[in-house]
Amino acid sequence: MRSRLTFRGTLASMAARALMKGLLGLRPSRAVMVGYSVGGHHYSTAASIKPPPPQIDDSNVTDKILSLPLEKPDFFRVSELVSLKELFDARVHLGHKKGCRHRLMEPYLYGCRLDHDIIDLDQTVEHLQLALNFTAHIAYRGGIILFVSRNRQFCHLVENTAKDCGEYAHTRYWQGGLLTNGNIQYGPGVRLPDLIVFLSTLNSVFQQHVGIRDAAKMNIPSIGVVDSNCNPSLLTYPVPGNDDTPVAMELYCRLFKMTIKRAKDKRKQMELLQGLCSTGPDRL
Amino acid sequence: MAASCARTVGSFLGKCGSCSSSISAVTSQLSRQVLSRQICVSSALRRKNLAAAGPEKYTMEYIKKQVEEFDIGKRHLANMMGEDPENFTQEDIDVRVPCCLCGHPDQVFPKQRAIQWGEDRRPFHFLFYTGKQSYYTLMHETFGKILVIEKYQDRLRAKGLLTKDIKQISLSASRWLKKEELEELLVENISIQDYNRFIQLMESLLSMPYCTIEEEFVLRYRQNLEAQSRKQAMPVLERDERGVAFSTADGRRKTSDSTVTLRDCGSGRITINGRDYLQYFPVLQDREQLMFPLQFMGMLGRFDLECTVSGGGRSSQAGALRLAISRGLLSFLSDGEMENMRQAGLLTPDPRVRERKKPGQKKARKKFTWKKR
Repeated sequence: MRSRLTFRGTLASMAARALMKGLLGLRPSRAVMVGYSVGGHHYSTAASIKPPPPQIDDSNVTDKILSLPLEKPDFFRVSELVSLKELFDARVHLGHKKGCRHRLMEPYLYGCRLDHDIIDLDQTVEHLQLALNFTAHIAYRGGIILFVSRNRQFCHLVENTAKDCGEYAHTRYWQGGLLTNGNIQYGPGVRLPDLIVFLSTLNSVFQQHVGIRDAAKMNIPSIGVVDSNCNPSLLTYPVPGNDDTPVAMELYCRLFKMTIKRAKDKRKQMELLQGLCSTGPDRL
Repeated sequence: MAASCARTVGSFLGKCGSCSSSISAVTSQLSRQVLSRQICVSSALRRKNLAAAGPEKYTMEYIKKQVEEFDIGKRHLANMMGEDPENFTQEDIDVRVPCCLCGHPDQVFPKQRAIQWGEDRRPFHFLFYTGKQSYYTLMHETFGKILVIEKYQDRLRAKGLLTKDIKQISLSASRWLKKEELEELLVENISIQDYNRFIQLMESLLSMPYCTIEEEFVLRYRQNLEAQSRKQAMPVLERDERGVAFSTADGRRKTSDSTVTLRDCGSGRITINGRDYLQYFPVLQDREQLMFPLQFMGMLGRFDLECTVSGGGRSSQAGALRLAISRGLLSFLSDGEMENMRQAGLLTPDPRVRERKKPGQKKARKKFTWKKR
């Protein structure tokens, strides 16, 4: 009886948290997912609800700022950043050997040559565009982005990337309750990341990173660069690609940095514009 | 947390009309169930678990208030003592009120971290989510320095100017900061493994030939050792009426006390208690003990020794004299030679004394015959 109680309790809290996350950026009138299409795939919207009457001017302005990017499919023009040739030159298509192949990665593989798996770059381009678009939207709304990678070779690079865009990084030993036990780990009232980007989904012992499971538990969307030996199931935006070559990692870091900076600059621009628009008529 | 979430969910559902999403429908049922369950919670659960709260955490306002009160109290004390309230320092308080148990609030309250995030609840530090931000920043910085040195070395190698013999950082006069000192520096708790990792990384930095570029960074994490050769109490170098330099020194060993006067420009004559040393010490071993300090410095025939010794036996008197001679020699020597003498053990008084006899034993260590039954 008690176990059922706690299970329901956690379900309620998880569902409530998901809705709260929606509330953070959007007014309660809108549904969580708004329709947009990328690469010919259409995503259905939830049934739209009647909008409330306009209240104060300030909230109207924020409303406009937040709703504007959602009108166009590729508002931040991330498709310009990603090109197939660039991915090929950075050796993103090189996977591991056939023996290391994960069963769930088979749909993302182009083929296998001399026992080496080749990742399908057409799919990579699509997935990468989705992922970058999502990152841009999150950064535009002032969300916290956490870069995670347990690959020691690129730890310094990832931390520098995070520092440059003004976001956060965690490339060290992942303690158990960092996300799930956040209030005790960090202090009461901490704000957990709104997006976690895994630049390498495996940890030092070639097991799936604990952060993927924890992010799924805490309803935090995750982007992950999955190699041919990784498990893409729990990630919201998997990006099939090579995660072991320095060139490929530098490319990913550069792409994420550029999108985040672009999104943040756009936000500042929007705020200035809307600020001018709102104060303009008052002055007259 | 669940209750508050449920309440907000309830209010949100109330605001807008019907929602067609299934999740919210389920949530409304569950939230109502949860809400109804929350009411019949016993008072025992509401009581605060004080033990689980941990050590008392002082807020920034509380500490600021304490500091202000301390300053006001200090000014009152200054007025009472008739001192100038502006320049009343902590030392004055310690002198005037020696029994004052508490000091400045900054020393009383342990160093704590301020709230790590701003108004929008975004953390300030980019490594906040690791949990140990200062320690990992330090590791990040150190690794950055290693990369800088490597790049520098690569550039020199490309130009062909790479040499192995460059001045290295002098590390003999310092030691690595201990774990407690590092914790104090970082205001964070680190484990032993973390500390060892840090030391390893620093050692690898120092193993590179051109590490002198980052000398200042390395020395920040090293503690200077106290000078090993403490300034020996050197006897004064006096001059008598004829202008000959001489010095007097004491020495002790076991129960013997000795006083020695070394006179310069001598011929190596040694007088003990008015008698010649050959007469006083018939045994070669004792005479060797006397000669050892002079022979070590190579000044055998230079000095005349006038010694007095009392107490103890033959060997202990010889040892006392040896120590006295070494001490007397100090005033004629340079620092480097003094260090040599110290390393040879000539300046260390022998601490061994006769151990007392214990009851229940035959002698100091010898026990009575042990019988099995």
